[in-house]
Amino acid sequence: MALALNVNGTSHDLDVEDDAPLLWVLRDELKLTGTKFGCGVGSCGACTVHLNGAAVRSCQVPVSAVSGQQITTIEGLGAGTLTAVQRAWIEHQVPQCGYCQSGMIMAVSALLAHNASPTDEDLAAAVTNICRCGTYVRIRAAVRALAKRMGPPA
Amino acid sequence: MITRRGVLLGTAGTAGTLVVGYALWPDHRLASEDRLAAGPDERFLSTWIKIGRDDTVTVLIPHCDMGTGIATALAQMAAEELDADWARVRAETAPADSVFANGALVEGFLCQTKNLSLGSIPPFLRGIAADASDALARRMHVQTTGGSSAVRMTGVYGIRIAAAAARGLLVEAAATRLGVPRDSLRTSMSRVIHGSGRSFGFGELAAEAAKHSPSAHPRLKAPSTYTVVGSSPPRFDIPAKVNGTAAYGIDATPPDLLYAAIRISPVSGGKLGSLDDAAATRLRGVRRVVRLDDAVVVVADRFWRAQKALDALEPNFQGSAGPGASSFGLRQAQSAALNSDPIKRDFTVGRGAAALGDHVIERLYHVPYLAHAALEPANATVCHRPGHGVEIWAGSQDALGARAFCAKVAGMHMSDVMFHQLPSGGAFGRRLPDQWNFLEYAVRTAMAVPDVPIKLVFTREEDIRHDYYRPCVTSRFRGALGTDGTPVAWVNDYTTVGGPNGEAHILYEVPDQAYGAVHVASPIPTGAVRSVEYSWHGFFVESFIDELAKEARRDPLEYRRRLLAHKPRHLAVLNLAAERAGWGAPLGAGCGRGIALVECFGTIVAQVAEVQVGTSGSPPRVRRITCAADCGMVVNPDGFRAQVQGGIVFGLSATLYGAITVERGAVVQQNFPDYPVVRLADCPDIDVHIIESGGPIGGAGEVGVPAVAPAVVNAIFAATGVRLRELPVMSGVTARG
Repeated sequence: MALALNVNGTSHDLDVEDDAPLLWVLRDELKLTGTKFGCGVGSCGACTVHLNGAAVRSCQVPVSAVSGQQITTIEGLGAGTLTAVQRAWIEHQVPQCGYCQSGMIMAVSALLAHNASPTDEDLAAAVTNICRCGTYVRIRAAVRALAKRMGPPA
Repeated sequence: MITRRGVLLGTAGTAGTLVVGYALWPDHRLASEDRLAAGPDERFLSTWIKIGRDDTVTVLIPHCDMGTGIATALAQMAAEELDADWARVRAETAPADSVFANGALVEGFLCQTKNLSLGSIPPFLRGIAADASDALARRMHVQTTGGSSAVRMTGVYGIRIAAAAARGLLVEAAATRLGVPRDSLRTSMSRVIHGSGRSFGFGELAAEAAKHSPSAHPRLKAPSTYTVVGSSPPRFDIPAKVNGTAAYGIDATPPDLLYAAIRISPVSGGKLGSLDDAAATRLRGVRRVVRLDDAVVVVADRFWRAQKALDALEPNFQGSAGPGASSFGLRQAQSAALNSDPIKRDFTVGRGAAALGDHVIERLYHVPYLAHAALEPANATVCHRPGHGVEIWAGSQDALGARAFCAKVAGMHMSDVMFHQLPSGGAFGRRLPDQWNFLEYAVRTAMAVPDVPIKLVFTREEDIRHDYYRPCVTSRFRGALGTDGTPVAWVNDYTTVGGPNGEAHILYEVPDQAYGAVHVASPIPTGAVRSVEYSWHGFFVESFIDELAKEARRDPLEYRRRLLAHKPRHLAVLNLAAERAGWGAPLGAGCGRGIALVECFGTIVAQVAEVQVGTSGSPPRVRRITCAADCGMVVNPDGFRAQVQGGIVFGLSATLYGAITVERGAVVQQNFPDYPVVRLADCPDIDVHIIESGGPIGGAGEVGVPAVAPAVVNAIFAATGVRLRELPVMSGVTARG
């Protein structure tokens, strides 16, 4: 059935089932493979995208539930340039295999959008994504640096 | 015709050391490389180095990118010996072709296994040793990434020597052009420079250089003169990993791609029984239901459709090698095997077990199976075109071996099989040879549904339940103490799924030692998981030594120090970790520190864990891990630190949570909710301190793992007085609660 999906500012008319998971529609239908499959049960966060600016696990979102809403994937995050979070990821040499990092960056970006100076506890509570390479120490350092740059809340 | 000689073998890098061996390279080998992997303006000057007309130096990496940063480190080693301008150095994955088989890896392992330095090989055998390693690598299809070997084997025995040889060729080309002696020329920033001030870029010399035969004796630079090695330039691969453009095996998208989902018999060895696929094949997008021996595969136009149809199939699987097998039963069998007398001791020191005497301290330890659980689930994309061959896109820890394996599964010659090596979203051993069920199922599926590429993806559940697991192991120690409290006898018997493990042998000075390995078969497949045997023996040995310190009423650090008096490098590592961790400084109530020391993959690692145990049964929290590591010499300090940090987190997941259990022959766990791993919330602060003692270059990728578990368990003991002899910690804590 026909369904309109707005991804990274572009509208797509898709012929997919209502219950198709957003993750697989992004990957297989739209070939936006930056969003990754890790667990399929909403546990690992590799598939994190933004839905109207909030981080969601796209493997748990039926595509019909988000028709007409604003979806942003890692490909659309910086609109052609790197965001501060992506630059911090390079500066701190965060990624190892990199497979989880699209989801990590989306989750961290959503957090920073409403909390510019998260504490380590804020970060750990908001970003529950799995990194099997164990880059957490650097993720924390990168987010601390970003929080510092943005200054403490007024 | 000029016979090309490729320099393959060198001595450890001291100033002006001559390379001591070389292998003949027939002309066609470099010609093959040019044909396979060089653009119109590029020339191969030696196996791993090509130089473009624009001065770009490209280093071919005979390894997979599974996240460890080895492409950058190996390129640094090449740039150093070439005197190349780092800004114009690149890395490329070597094609899965036998001309790029990794002889240096074979040679490195042979030398280290036999405890040979390159200089100790007799001169008349040196060329043969290099040649034989190379031939063996080609014959065995070796392009393996494993054993923390990329820098210390491929780099040390291969790439830096190839680079030094390539530099020699460039100098020779400039010397010929100018009609001056070679020693009147020097190299710097990708240029060959004459005393007169005339100079040439590497690019303009490459074509002429390729006509010369490389010296059999390229000089390696003195480490004291290194500028690129020892620095931490940003990794090549990271920019593509922050913007979603890095394409892993699972992202392969050849035209007309179909997708496949698989269900494998839950019991290892079970066969696919009856199957009614009528309803499934009517579902949207479904192209084919493929029956394999022990699995059923649905091929569809989209992955979620394949998966949905698979869920509708409800396949039956019958029979198996071990339908009654369980973790509980296996553990009983292991204990029984360790109690069966007499145990054959494969390694003894001094009087061995006879020295035990009457006052024996006996302890039993146990670790469960572990899954790799790399975040990218097992997958492969395969296209079979009858009459033409098979093409594969996948991540593998041995691309050349994987190509040979796929050829065998397809019943074809290797020449009819093309293997595109793609980065892996982690691997940790999962993609090593003999762990290739995903390749086998993908090739079999493609053989059944020809003429279209098919991407087979394991769901997380299939990935966890059809892994090659870190073995479940039981280990028993018997020790005796002398009058001063130091151990005088050390007897360790442990179960094994293979042969005896040298990894059990201790670093400590104990006059009488004995080790026995008792084979107990595993009902589920086992394989190499990051740090392999060290992941269990590190825990066992470093727990037992702590228990002996307790029996001797001595501080665990002081106890170890006394037993390492004859090992200055180990002592220095232990002392640095303890000092940086503030060993001995008071901690709050319910807190404790534990220490552990493990030497593995050529690197010595000590870790101090600081643990806080909450009141009334709340789980322990690992607050901080302080690590010191002596890897001899470090190529990329930041990269090394990243690997050790990551190894520690990997080890911590296993320590706190990791357990695969078997019931009725099948793996119980399915996904991250029941196979938990460390996340940000439970990741401690981790400090890594590097010691460069000047010893041989050690490994990085696995070395952080083994010391975590004993350091944490020893810290829990220090905090609570409760000794956990079984992993994971959380199950022990629950059991106590």
